[in-house]
Amino acid sequence: MPGVLELEKPLTPQPADTAIEKVLDSYEAKVFKNRKKHMVSVDHTLDTPQEIAANVRTIPGMLTHRGCCYAGCKGVVLGPIKDALTIVHGPIGCSFYTWGTRRHKGRSDAGELNLVPYCFSTDMRETDIVFGGEKKLFKAIEEGLELFGDPKPSAVFICSTCPVGLIGDDINAVAARAEEAFGVKTVAFSCEGYKGVSQSAGHHIANNQLIRRVIGEVDEPPKTKFSLNILGEYNIGGDSWETERLLKRCGIEVVSVMTGDGSITEIERAHMADLNIVQCHRSINYIAEMMHDQYATPWLKVNFVGIQATIKSLRQIAEYYGDAELTQRVEEVIADELADIQEDLDYLKERLSGKTAALYVGGSRSHHYQQLLRDFGVGTVIAGYEFAHRDDYEGREVIPDIKIDADSKNIESLELGPVEGKYRLRFPEAKLDELKSNIDSFEYYEGMIKEMPNATLMIDDLNHFETEEFIRLLKPDVFFSGIKDRYVLQKSGVASRQLHSYDYQGPYAGFKGAINFGNDLLMCLYTPIWEMITPPWRSEPVLTGTIGGE
Amino acid sequence: MRQVAIYGKGGIGKSTTTQNLTAGLATHLNKQIMLIGCDPKADSTRMLLGGLAQQTVLDTLREEGDDIELDEIMKGGFGGIRCVESGGPEPGVGCAGRGIITSINMLEQMGAYTEDLDFVFYDVLGDVVCGGFAMPIREGKAQEIYVVASGELMAMYAANNICKGVQKYANSGGVRLGGIICNSRKVDGERELLEAFATKLGSQLIYFVPRDNIVQHAEINKKTVIEYAPESDQANEYRGLAESVNNNEMFVIPKPMKQEELEDLMMEYGFLGL
Repeated sequence: MPGVLELEKPLTPQPADTAIEKVLDSYEAKVFKNRKKHMVSVDHTLDTPQEIAANVRTIPGMLTHRGCCYAGCKGVVLGPIKDALTIVHGPIGCSFYTWGTRRHKGRSDAGELNLVPYCFSTDMRETDIVFGGEKKLFKAIEEGLELFGDPKPSAVFICSTCPVGLIGDDINAVAARAEEAFGVKTVAFSCEGYKGVSQSAGHHIANNQLIRRVIGEVDEPPKTKFSLNILGEYNIGGDSWETERLLKRCGIEVVSVMTGDGSITEIERAHMADLNIVQCHRSINYIAEMMHDQYATPWLKVNFVGIQATIKSLRQIAEYYGDAELTQRVEEVIADELADIQEDLDYLKERLSGKTAALYVGGSRSHHYQQLLRDFGVGTVIAGYEFAHRDDYEGREVIPDIKIDADSKNIESLELGPVEGKYRLRFPEAKLDELKSNIDSFEYYEGMIKEMPNATLMIDDLNHFETEEFIRLLKPDVFFSGIKDRYVLQKSGVASRQLHSYDYQGPYAGFKGAINFGNDLLMCLYTPIWEMITPPWRSEPVLTGTIGGE
Repeated sequence: MRQVAIYGKGGIGKSTTTQNLTAGLATHLNKQIMLIGCDPKADSTRMLLGGLAQQTVLDTLREEGDDIELDEIMKGGFGGIRCVESGGPEPGVGCAGRGIITSINMLEQMGAYTEDLDFVFYDVLGDVVCGGFAMPIREGKAQEIYVVASGELMAMYAANNICKGVQKYANSGGVRLGGIICNSRKVDGERELLEAFATKLGSQLIYFVPRDNIVQHAEINKKTVIEYAPESDQANEYRGLAESVNNNEMFVIPKPMKQEELEDLMMEYGFLGL
């Protein structure tokens, strides 16, 4: 198994299957049966690949850490686009709590619009629910465009929240009317929070509308020979900037980023680039596939989190273009960047090697960060996804076998054919076939399980009870997750870092980002403050009282 | 104070029956009555007011900061009946159900439910379609439900569905079915059919209102029959209905039927004479 950490001794005090048994033991029969399918003790010695249940409903009552459809659409995919005026159609809470919480950084040059720091909402009230909110929405678009008139937004995006779906406001009709009235592209996203089983549904809805209304609109060709789009990179803590810096050093032109620090004007010409590289497979593989069908743009699954992962990704990109000069330059950049960090890397490796980690993040990071942790000799003992599908765990080869349930069918899936005049094979068929057999990430994602060590735990839709139990049983040194679940663990003495937002740090991508990450990890592992505190309830009785009647 | 909600299939004659019934209670039995129309069309009090109402409760919500007094939305109609229309969105937009919830809460806040009232009537739109339309029977707003029906299958089907709603809230809100009011369509064996239907539900056919063209004449003149033709037979029928409701002591948790049971009942009675 290439890339799997060679183990001298087990990473955990007990194998994952023992821990799974213990945790499941607390459940009643129905929950037991359900949750068992979401837990896999990795075993590469088996004859048949292991299966995991994913992208299905959470059992009511579980303290899940999943988000909603609206969060996936507005928060993740659309939020980072800086020249779009994204209006949340709904009550103010949904707007406020998705405002600036994801740390997708945006920066614009003078004279360019950056709306990332803002939050636009229709602030629906009871009257709007009773009488309908369409007029208010139209007015909000008008007001937004008045406020930002020069330079004006490249597009207006409308994102629906739950009540909008319930009362049936026709946001598509409002979008059409507004587009005609104000002359700005206006796109409606019916991403009501209740749709689907997690934020994953929202990613799909966002992908569909971007392909329908944005991508392929402007035929301005790239300026240089080697051009690509970065897909599924949201610039958390500046990751996209670091990735772009590396690519540019190699002489590769980034036409657009979807969607970190991205802009409509770039995404509109994405179809002119010669390659899509996919960082977060889960949230954007739909666009990669649809661009393949419409514009013949090939895609590579890459990972710029981790030093070895970055090197592999850069080399595969170079191999795709097949240009000797480019390949040479990529090798020079790798050597130079490596030399730059070698001293730090050696030090961090020495301090971190032998530690173990648990990862519970989104739909890609739990895989990506295993590769970065391995650069420092840190083994992953628990890895789970909130909203991934089976292909993110097991690899794209399982896609034909995935049962499409009613929850998934409820989310529109587009079947698109070639766009006339814009469908352009980048290489002859034979060459494409050759690339497919030579580059393992060519239009393929292997999933997470293949790289996980035996007897470690792969888990889907981890709930809070299981989090505490598995951490107690498998004893990782550090727990990487998000703001919803980390503090309980941190305050009980387990080191923890947020991988959704990187706390206040980053970038973690690329060579230099890896060192940032290593330093942050070192700092948190070697300052175990909560472990040093004895809470008062450990040393004194919490309840005091007297016997009644005295 | 007795709080009564009238439900029934759309077009069955709920508003006509309710206005004539309340007119009877007010003029014949001297009762103090408030009638709350829970239909976004706001036409449930038209015959009592001699024309379409006034400002609705929900209209008051539309403008910010207006100090709304109760007398702006509550008008005295025929027989001193206090008429209120909940109002709501135009067809196809917004949420009328939410509107009814909001409007009843508003009326309570504004002090519309005074102690001198003998009856509060809710005239509710169509079938029970969602939580909002069930509002009057939730949380014990209405304690008595009367369902207006006829001998037609769809009317009985709707009545049976409404009974499911009543059954659902019977335990939590204390609501009870007071009976079935037949607004006759002159269907064969109608009275027997509805009596059997009501008995199956564990309730009663509280009154059989015959069909009479004078109802249409009164309606065109924007009047209840009791006001338009006080001496007519039909006016007496409505007074009879008023007495039956006033004297009613049979309040039950209904036992709704299965669809097949309902169809069997139709077969048994509806086609007897054929």
